[in-house]
Amino acid sequence: MQEADKSLLVVVRHGPYQGQLAREALDAVLTAAAFEQPVSLLFMDDGVFQLTPNQDGSAIDAKNLATMLAVLPMYDVDRVYVELDSLNLRAISPESLTLPATPVGGHALRDLFVNNAHLLSF
Amino acid sequence: MILHIVNKSPFQSDCLNSCLRIISPEDALLLIEDGVYAALDTPRGLASLAPAIPVYALEADCRARGILDQLHASVKPTDDHGFVELTLAYAKSQSWF
Repeated sequence: MQEADKSLLVVVRHGPYQGQLAREALDAVLTAAAFEQPVSLLFMDDGVFQLTPNQDGSAIDAKNLATMLAVLPMYDVDRVYVELDSLNLRAISPESLTLPATPVGGHALRDLFVNNAHLLSF
Repeated sequence: MILHIVNKSPFQSDCLNSCLRIISPEDALLLIEDGVYAALDTPRGLASLAPAIPVYALEADCRARGILDQLHASVKPTDDHGFVELTLAYAKSQSWF
């Protein structure tokens, strides 16, 4: 990791409709991507619920977060990770997720925190 | 390497456990706000933490909660100045909230 390393890991640990955190995380990721900064996105704990199918935010007058996350590949945000333990604990299969996300655990999980120069938590 | 900051009670939230899945001996843990309850000598607290990892607790938050003299022996109380020093001593911070 060098002084000029602008790589960013956005850590998302809260559910999709808990306050504005999920929206703010997405804003941060899209901003970094718009400025062509290397950005990785990690979903863990209740954050994995952001990636589950069949969400209908309109039922609670909220924007559908899964639909918003679907724009990420268009912004070339393709480093998307999901913590395997968090999925398992919530009985979510990696195949059911609404975004292509790489399941990580153990050393690979730790490496995300070590190898990115900056950490942002949501 | 990484300063981990936990601000939730381990009796109320899984934040500390999430942090412990990532933390490694080159890191440090700072307990603030209700996170300082993890500094008590309880099974939910630091018993599960490898002794190799330095653990700090914000003194004002401990004092406010009346637990300053009940902290686990391995926990180092620190003030706001120490908080700032820690953020400088470690390359990055990760907040678990």
